[in-house]
Amino acid sequence: MTLDELLPGQACVVRDVHLEGAVLQRLLDMGFVEGARIEVVRNAPLLDPIDIRIRNNLIAVRRSEAGGIEVERV
Amino acid sequence: MKQQAREVTVALAGQPNSGKSTVFNMLTGARQHVANYPGVTVEKKWGSFATTTLRVRLVDLPGTYSLTSYTQEERIARDFILTEKPEALVAVVDASNLERSLYLVFQLREMDIPIVLCLNMMDTAKSRGLAIDLEVLEHELDMPVVPTVGKKGLGKRELVHAVERAVGQSPRARRYIRYDAELESFLERLDARLEESRASVDSLPRRWLTVKLMENDEEARKRLVGRHEVAREGNVGDLVEYVDFLRREYIESFKRSPEKSIAAGRYHAAGEIVARAIEGRDFDRRSVTDRIDSIVLQPILAPIILAGILLTFYQATMVYGTVLADRFFPALQEGKEIIAGLFAPTPDLIRSGLLQGLVLDGLVGGVIAILYYVPIFLILFGCIAILEDSGYMPRMAFIMDRILRSFGLHGQSTLPLILGGVVVGGCAVPGVMATRAMKDEKARLITILIMPLMNCLAKIPFYVLIVGLFFSAYQGLVLFGISLFGFFVALLIAKLFSSYLVRGESAPFVMELPAYHVPTIRGVLSRAVERVWLFIRKIVTIVAVVMVGVWFFVTFPGIGFEREMHYDARLAEAEKDLYDTIAPSNRYARYLSGDSLVDLMHYRDGLNEAQRNAGEDAHELKEVERTFSTRNPAFFALANNGVTADGMIDPAAREAASKLKRFERKVRGIKRERRKEIIDASWAGRVGRSLEPVSMWAGFNWRINIAIISSFAAKESLVGTLGTIYSFEEGSQAGTLEQSIRRTESGWTVWHGLAVLVFVALFPPCLATLIMIRHETQSTGWMIFATIYPIVTGFILACLVFQLGPLLI
Repeated sequence: MTLDELLPGQACVVRDVHLEGAVLQRLLDMGFVEGARIEVVRNAPLLDPIDIRIRNNLIAVRRSEAGGIEVERV
Repeated sequence: MKQQAREVTVALAGQPNSGKSTVFNMLTGARQHVANYPGVTVEKKWGSFATTTLRVRLVDLPGTYSLTSYTQEERIARDFILTEKPEALVAVVDASNLERSLYLVFQLREMDIPIVLCLNMMDTAKSRGLAIDLEVLEHELDMPVVPTVGKKGLGKRELVHAVERAVGQSPRARRYIRYDAELESFLERLDARLEESRASVDSLPRRWLTVKLMENDEEARKRLVGRHEVAREGNVGDLVEYVDFLRREYIESFKRSPEKSIAAGRYHAAGEIVARAIEGRDFDRRSVTDRIDSIVLQPILAPIILAGILLTFYQATMVYGTVLADRFFPALQEGKEIIAGLFAPTPDLIRSGLLQGLVLDGLVGGVIAILYYVPIFLILFGCIAILEDSGYMPRMAFIMDRILRSFGLHGQSTLPLILGGVVVGGCAVPGVMATRAMKDEKARLITILIMPLMNCLAKIPFYVLIVGLFFSAYQGLVLFGISLFGFFVALLIAKLFSSYLVRGESAPFVMELPAYHVPTIRGVLSRAVERVWLFIRKIVTIVAVVMVGVWFFVTFPGIGFEREMHYDARLAEAEKDLYDTIAPSNRYARYLSGDSLVDLMHYRDGLNEAQRNAGEDAHELKEVERTFSTRNPAFFALANNGVTADGMIDPAAREAASKLKRFERKVRGIKRERRKEIIDASWAGRVGRSLEPVSMWAGFNWRINIAIISSFAAKESLVGTLGTIYSFEEGSQAGTLEQSIRRTESGWTVWHGLAVLVFVALFPPCLATLIMIRHETQSTGWMIFATIYPIVTGFILACLVFQLGPLLI
């Protein structure tokens, strides 16, 4: 499944990032590497972007980008 | 060992929110400079400090999460390290966020510069229950580690010592992190090939180059090519092809791209080191931030809180800022008067000297009009700094992104647009400046381009004037409507620009929501002052120059000798009239002619001025009267409505004074007519007239044209120029400007008013904004575009209103 399918409060592990170029690199830099544990903290008031906790940091990503992040529920 | 202190360069690197600037402040104190990196809008900050043996120039690199070639900041940071080769690096890391921080440190390490690790925000780490074993960390990283608390200045001495030692460090085998074995074998193959072709025998650090090439880094590839061409050796195509070949092979064998393995490798290494060096569980991490977020980002509360914060912000800047600005304005006025005092009073009652006009009305007037805004900007930039430092700024973008994105903008456009004056009146200059925080270049450019359409403060008086003329019954409604109109046009245009005009890929929206911090007073103040100073430096001189140009434009070529003679004759007539009507027996009669009359008028101006300055202060008023009456008792009685210094009414003086008043009114009338004629005959007037055939489509006659043209340098002057054109003078008995306009333009309909409102709402930006646009886009082309498209759009819409409006009703 992909990250945008998760509901707030749900945790998961990153499997792969199916994106390219700047977005991919930025996500990698932020720690979205294979095996990283992440958690959806909340949606923005209009449901997009979403707020992700990764390595104790909060990162906002748009749903369109979250759709490119393959995850596995834990 | 007594020797000359050696001069060295040290660079400060670190991720955003690592407290890098507090460390920079701690090390350099007040010795700081800010400029821009050439060609870009990224701020370059540097300062200096001295140790016993060194004089250190400390350069504050832009805060970056990584060192890729995808963002301007990252390119600047790494290019600085590669080309300037600082003697050492201070890597500032957030002790409570070590894992992600090390991700950057590993990359710095690959650039072969001695590093001192500044473990900042130790207090936060401790309060979160993290015990960091410094020795283990030093050993694992193979670099000196200094714990600091930048905002309290703790650890400064140790850090300076460590820098001193690091600078003296001789090159030795560096311990780079190891990526996974498969990747390492590929790196080795690439390294061997580079060695063979001697491509990086020059200054580029080899390990860095191999890793970056495997990462498919655009700039690293270019450097490879560039260097080869210069050296005229080897086959460039071969080398780049080899990199591509290796990457392809890697992807085919392991079903993933090397950059993913590289990032994973760095995080893996970071995780291992953190596991060994840190004890204690991060039990308290973010709980405060979480609690604040659960309120601030709660779906229903979020927009309300956002609106509340923006309203407070608006109140502080535009309302209190204006109060503050008004308080300082007399000081500026006084400055102008001091300069005015440098000019000898002219012996002419209807003209002032040309040089005086140039300096006072052109130069000084222009500068003062800009300086007036300094207190407002100071508060404004202070508020922005608070939003930035507290951590709320990215959350604002988080809340607003969904809406703004659909118009080709970005969540981060919120603040610039608010500053520019979405609803009630702001200022495009700080609006444009605030776009600097935006990382998405495309959205940033669009935000800058629509800024001129926002409702700048200086448009308000004009709105009020026109609304008063035509829509006095619905004043509030029309004002509100016109600002909404501007905003909607702006959104539409943003959408158009993003679809058809502005190219380029949107940057990824991957934005950190940092932990909340209480901003420090020092941090907020210094940033506010820094930015105001930048503004003054950039703007004031250019505005002064253009104001002089505008002054020439509305003053020359003048009205010709004959007309001047005509005004002289009328003045002479008025003077004769004055003399004739006064009884020869009146002992004040002799003061009312020739040079004495001129002196008297100047004296009167001086007295009025002094009285105005004294204001309500009774004591000071007495003092003023005493000074002036001792200077010339007869003049005093005449200027003071026939009341002498001791408070007695002198009937002769009173009679003369009333005649004098009538004379003065006449002189004012002559002056006014002459000034109007000068504007009419000026180049601005000619252009205004020659544009009339076109502008009449929107219902603008030449008078409106002139006002619009001459207010180009600063819109504040729009109403003032109209005043001159419609021969209106404040305090005169001609009534209000509204009445003057109504008298002159009796044929005007509501549609005239609406068309001009629409045009002004989309008015081209003032000069200061244009300079800022030039500065922030680094492009004269965009600046010109931002000048022209609002004029065209505004004019077309005004024409539509004027032509179609009457048909509808």
